[in-house]
Order: sequence, then structure tokens, then C-alpha cells
Amino acid sequence: MKAGTKFALGAVLIVGSVGYLMAAGIKQTGQYFLTPSELAQRVSADPSFYDLGLKVGARVVPGTVTKEIATQTLSFHITDGTVSYPVVFKGLPPDTFTDSVEVVVEGRLQRDGVIHATNVLAKCGSRYEAVPKA
Amino acid sequence: MPLLGHLSLWVAFLVGLWGGITGFAGGAHRRDLQQSARHATFALFGALLVAVISLEIAIFRHDFSLEYVAAYTSRNLPTFYLWSALYAGQKGSLLFWATVLSLFAMLVQLMTSGRHRVYLPYVAAVTCAVATFFITVMLFAANPFERLAFVPLDGRGMNPQLQNPGMVFHPPMLYLGYISITIPFAFAIAALLSKRLDSDWLVAIRKWTLVSWLFLSIGLILGMWWAYVELGWGGYWAWDPVENAALLPWLVMTAFLHSVMIQEKRGMLKKWNLALIIGAWLLSIFGTFITRSGVIASVHSFTQSSVGYFFLAFLVLAAALSFALYASRLPLLEAEATLESMVSREASFLFNNLLLIGIAFSVLWGTLFPILSEAIKGTKITVGPPFFNQVNVPLGLALLAMTGIGPLIAWRRASIPNLKRQFAVPLTSGVFVLLILLVAGVRDVGALMAVSIGGFVFGTVAQEFARGARARHRQYGEPTPYAFVQLLARNRRRYGGYIVHVAIVLLFVAFAGMAFKTETEATLRPGESAELKGRDGHVYTFTHLGISQYNALNRQVTAALIDVRRDGKAIGRLRTEKRQHVDALGNPTFEPSTEVGIMSGLRVDLYVVLAGLVNGTEQAVFRFTINPLVWWVWFGGFVLVIGGLIVLWPGGAPVAVKGPSSQAGYAVKLEAER
Repeated sequence: MKAGTKFALGAVLIVGSVGYLMAAGIKQTGQYFLTPSELAQRVSADPSFYDLGLKVGARVVPGTVTKEIATQTLSFHITDGTVSYPVVFKGLPPDTFTDSVEVVVEGRLQRDGVIHATNVLAKCGSRYEAVPKA
Repeated sequence: MPLLGHLSLWVAFLVGLWGGITGFAGGAHRRDLQQSARHATFALFGALLVAVISLEIAIFRHDFSLEYVAAYTSRNLPTFYLWSALYAGQKGSLLFWATVLSLFAMLVQLMTSGRHRVYLPYVAAVTCAVATFFITVMLFAANPFERLAFVPLDGRGMNPQLQNPGMVFHPPMLYLGYISITIPFAFAIAALLSKRLDSDWLVAIRKWTLVSWLFLSIGLILGMWWAYVELGWGGYWAWDPVENAALLPWLVMTAFLHSVMIQEKRGMLKKWNLALIIGAWLLSIFGTFITRSGVIASVHSFTQSSVGYFFLAFLVLAAALSFALYASRLPLLEAEATLESMVSREASFLFNNLLLIGIAFSVLWGTLFPILSEAIKGTKITVGPPFFNQVNVPLGLALLAMTGIGPLIAWRRASIPNLKRQFAVPLTSGVFVLLILLVAGVRDVGALMAVSIGGFVFGTVAQEFARGARARHRQYGEPTPYAFVQLLARNRRRYGGYIVHVAIVLLFVAFAGMAFKTETEATLRPGESAELKGRDGHVYTFTHLGISQYNALNRQVTAALIDVRRDGKAIGRLRTEKRQHVDALGNPTFEPSTEVGIMSGLRVDLYVVLAGLVNGTEQAVFRFTINPLVWWVWFGGFVLVIGGLIVLWPGGAPVAVKGPSSQAGYAVKLEAER
């Protein structure tokens, strides 16, 4: 076999593995990123969306945040303006988490209608820019 | 002053346009236009420098009539951070970017020597055109000299997370890396336009590619350090889109630094190298686009603004033009030699390139996947760290192995006896490390592979140094230590490169260490303790000593002091803070921020975060993390920079570009020397 052909085989092998790893990775770790309205729609159409790991992007409803520092439990409501969900999160919220901030909640919507979050990311207006005061 | 700044932006805009037009038009023939383009880069830098100085003066004078000054600084901001306010916000960072680009544009005109001058008019044209784009964005969408209708008494202040020494140096380093890619890109375009597509242009940009690779590396490492000490989530890399955006050009540049050697030695891969440089530059613009447009949800990105559209348009236009030009020159880019054997340095470099590009592609794909899936399937699907780790750990390990294999294989074709002789020591070293780890009880497959492949690579580098030094010793009778120094000094590119390989090993080992982190959260009253067992076999006891509260220059500080014991023996105290930043009147600004308490050691870092106080009492919530081997990330970064500087250092033996006929590989040459 010519060196060029052998090399091509090696290259195909590498490209193939990269492709396979990517496809498998997305299949195994991909998560839906939904707004509360989309989530409500999906859940009513297909109950398997309960208990499915996903991400919800929304805004924290002002005045709904309760922090219990002793048990490290944070609960709040999120909304996109039409649909709202309560969220419970055990853990330490990021510094940027406040009333009315935009958040990405990672977790599962359970049958009780509450999103049990495993992670809460607060999106500060920007890393570089002040969060405008409401 | 602001007026002067604004005016000089317009001057820069016109000069940039002029430089772009004259450079392209002057091309190879019109000397007057060529001179004019060259001078345009000087004038461009001058005008932009005036703009930068105007903005800094406004910042230092607290001229809050400027929207930018009012938005990012305040009267009580420490002086140190007033400097960095220049690039703390979108508009200022665009100005910073354009200015540094114009500085590079000028330097390349001044420093490029003799036979590479033919490229310079085109280089001036490309750099001016890119700078003009940035100036256009400022003038029409994000003007740092924009005025407010009223003058506020005080500014909003700088985000506390940016008030960290790492943030003063990290952005400029990363920008310098991003920006300096424009120079190799400009040379690539110049080579294509002038049809001078031999390896000459590669020689002209050799230092520039290294400079930008080095700045990107420093920027990435500093960014990791900043995330680690400032963000308080306990790690240094989260595969955030912004981080990925910085990693992508680094990966492509790394591939280029390797593949360029094949073109220099064998006249192969001409198309590939050009594509890599154009790709790296487009990725740097792409990175700027995604950090500034808000198009991809990232925890940290600039606020959404119309600036994104400018960048997208520029990206599409630049990609179309560059690749159209590239395609039109393809017939001139035929290779001068062909691959002779699978087992050759060329082939191993090619595989290394494929792996690097594969990693870059998967990172790009994962970063863009939410947009792609939404566009194609109508639902947004995100991938996070699990995806990137799952894909990149195997690819990264394969790449690490190539780091050790590549230098062992001769150019053109390696013989079996040669391979045996080359691989014996490194393989033994790798197996030896593997055995030690197995005996020590390590069972994590990823870590086992990372560290033992690291041992293999280290063996390769050690063998190369030892053989080289021995050869010098025999040939010139130099004492061994002196031979080492001479070896490094005479072959900076090669042996500096090996030092970078050692740094890569250190980094991989450190990354593998993160598989063994342990953490716990605890609510403690003063006097109470929490225990945490580290994977280094020690038990650490953290005792909450109490809370102190006081006011500092621009913040109210709540600090917790923690006594730390290892297996019962006191080893020191840690301090972690919650900071509430305030303005000059004492009103709170921003959300409270956390100062992490870190005790760094060779084996583990103790990492403590004060999460909050329970109802204002001294009872406090902490998160304790034991992070193994983090110190080695910073040390590896340091070694990497040293290696890069050695390669970059001027002087040394000139590396001549060899034609396709004369390429005795280093391994072969050493054999001949003995």
C-alpha cells in the first residue's frame, strides 16, 4: 500500500473518531434549553418531559426569592412573562443572583410542578458591565 | 479632551481607509502608493494613540459627562483599576483593540527586513482595513466618546469581579494574542495577492505567529487563574462559550506552528497552512463576535448590542473574500514533495494537526450547537462540560501521545532499528510511571493514561536533551551542563519547543488531578469545625474562628477567619470575604462579591468560600474544596511561557528554509554526529 493511502486511512480513522465522539457526546449529554412557555407546552404534549434533565432560561420574579442560609435552600419563581414555575435549589447561589436577574436553571421539572434545580447560573448583564439597577 | 478623542477617531477612520486603498492599489508596482500605505499605518497608530490618551485622561479626571466613564468607573475606584477601565467595557475595548492592531501594523512595517518587503504594501492594506472596521464599529455603534445628556455626580463603578489583578492583565494579554493573529493573516493574504507562494512568507511571519501564540497562551492561563480565584466555583475551566472562543484560535495556531515546519522542510502542506492561518484569524474575529453579540447564552458576555451585527457582517465578508482569493490561487499551491512513509515525522505532524483541528472543531460545534439545533430542528439543545470532556479527553490524550511520538520519528522515513532505538527509553519511562501509579492505588483510567503518557513524553524530551548534550560533549568537548545550555541556545526553536512540551505534560497532569477534587458545605458557629478528607490521604479540619466586619476604600467587608489543620497539626489560617461595594456616598453598588480563601500547595489547594451569614449572626455557611494539583497548572503555564520565550528569543543559529531535497532529520543528524 502506498504511504499516501495508509495516511488517508489514518486520517479517516481520526476524523471518524472525532465525529463519533461528538455524535455520542451530544446524544448522551445534550439538554433541552427551553423557556417556561416552551416547557409548559412540551410537558402537556408529552409527559416524558417531567423528570428530564433540562435547562430553563427565564427571569426571576421579583419578591419571590427566599434564601434559607442554614439549610442552604434557595427558592424562587421564574417567568418569561406568560408562564411561571417555582424553583427549589439546594446549594450556594452565584454572587450575581438577585431579584429579577436573568437565570439559567439546570434541573428537572417534577410532577409537583416544581423545578428541582441542580445548578443555577445567573447571567449578569455582562461580565464587564454593571447590572442596571431597576 | 473627549472632543479631541472623538476627532482623532475620525482621523483614524480616514487614514485607515486611505491605507487600505493605497496598499491594495499600490500592490507590487506603484511605489508612491506603497509608501503612502506604509505611512498610513504610522498615522493610524498616532491618531488612535491620541484617542486612547484622551479616554484615559477622561477616566482619570472622572469626567462623567462621558457615558463610558460614568458606566465603568467611580470616584472611589482604586487607581490601579482606572487604568484597566480602558478595556473594562465594550466600547473602550474596541478602542484598545484598534490601537494595538495599529501598533502591530506599524511595527511590522518597521521590523520586516529585506526580501520580505514585497509583502508589506498588502500587509499594510489588510491591517488598515481590519483596523478601519473596528473604528467603524466605534463611530457608528459603540463610541467610547459618547456624551451623556447630563453629568452624573458619580459613576456606576467597575464590576467587583473585575477588580482583581488578574483582570487587569488577562484581557490585554488575550487581546494581544487575538490581535496579533492579524499580522500572519495579513501576510497570508499578501502572499496570495502577490502570488509569491513559496515558503518565504512563512519565514517573515515566524516570530509573529509565535508572539500571538504566546500571548494567547498567557491570556488563557491568566483567565483560568482569574476564574479560579475570583469566581469562587472551585475550578478554572468551565467550557463557557467565552473561554472556548479564546481556546479555538490557540488550537489552530498550535497546529500551524507544527505544520509550518513541514512546509519549511519539505515544501508540503502549502494549502493546509494557508487555510490554518486564515481559519485562525477568522476564529479570532468569531470569538470577538460571540463575546460581544449575546448570540450565544454565556454566563459572561457583553450586553446584547448592535455591535454583534457589525461583527457578523464583517466575519462573513472577510471569510468570503479570503477563501475566494484562496480558491483562485489553489493551482499555485501544489506540494513539492509527497509523503513517503506513514512512519515519518511528516505523518506524525499531520496526525497531530488533525487531532488539534478535530478538537477545535468539536469545541466550535459544541459552542454553536444551541444555535445550530434551534435553526435546524427548532429546539435549542445545549451541551455543557460533560460533552466537552467526553469528546476532548480521548482526543487530548491522543494528542499528548503524539507530543511524545513526533520528535522520535525521523523525517521522510524511519527504519525499524531506528524506531527501536528511539522509543526504548521513552516507552520505559511511560510504563514505569504507570506501574508507580498502579502500585500507589490510582484506578481512574483517565488519570492513569494522562500521567503515564506524560511520563512517556517526558522521557522523549529527556532523551532528546541528553543525546543532544552528549553529542555536543563529544564533538566540542563541552562539559555536560554547558553543553545543555549551548544546546538550548543554539537550537532555540527545537529545544524551546521541547520545553513547551514539558509544560503541556505538566498541564495535562494538573488537569487530570481535578478528577480527584473533594468538597463539602458546612454551616458553622464560631469555634465549630468541619472535616474534609482530601485524596492526598490527609484529613483537613477547618475551624471557624469568627467574623470581622469593616469598611475599606470602596467596599464593606465581611471576613471570616478559618484555622486549618492537617491531620490535627495546624498549618495556617485562611480568610474568605464577602464584599459589598459602595459608591462614594456609601450606597451599595453591584451585588455582593466573594473573595475566595486559597491555601496553595504542591499537592492540593485548600479552597474556601464564605457563602453567607445566617441572619446576620456570626454563624456562617462555607464551602470547602480540596483541589489536587492546581498549583501545577500555574507552574505549567509558567514553563510554557519560558519555553515560548526561548523559541522567540532573537539571535541564535539562523534557521534556513530547506528545499525539498535537503532534509536530514534531526534524529538522523544526531546519529551522524556520533
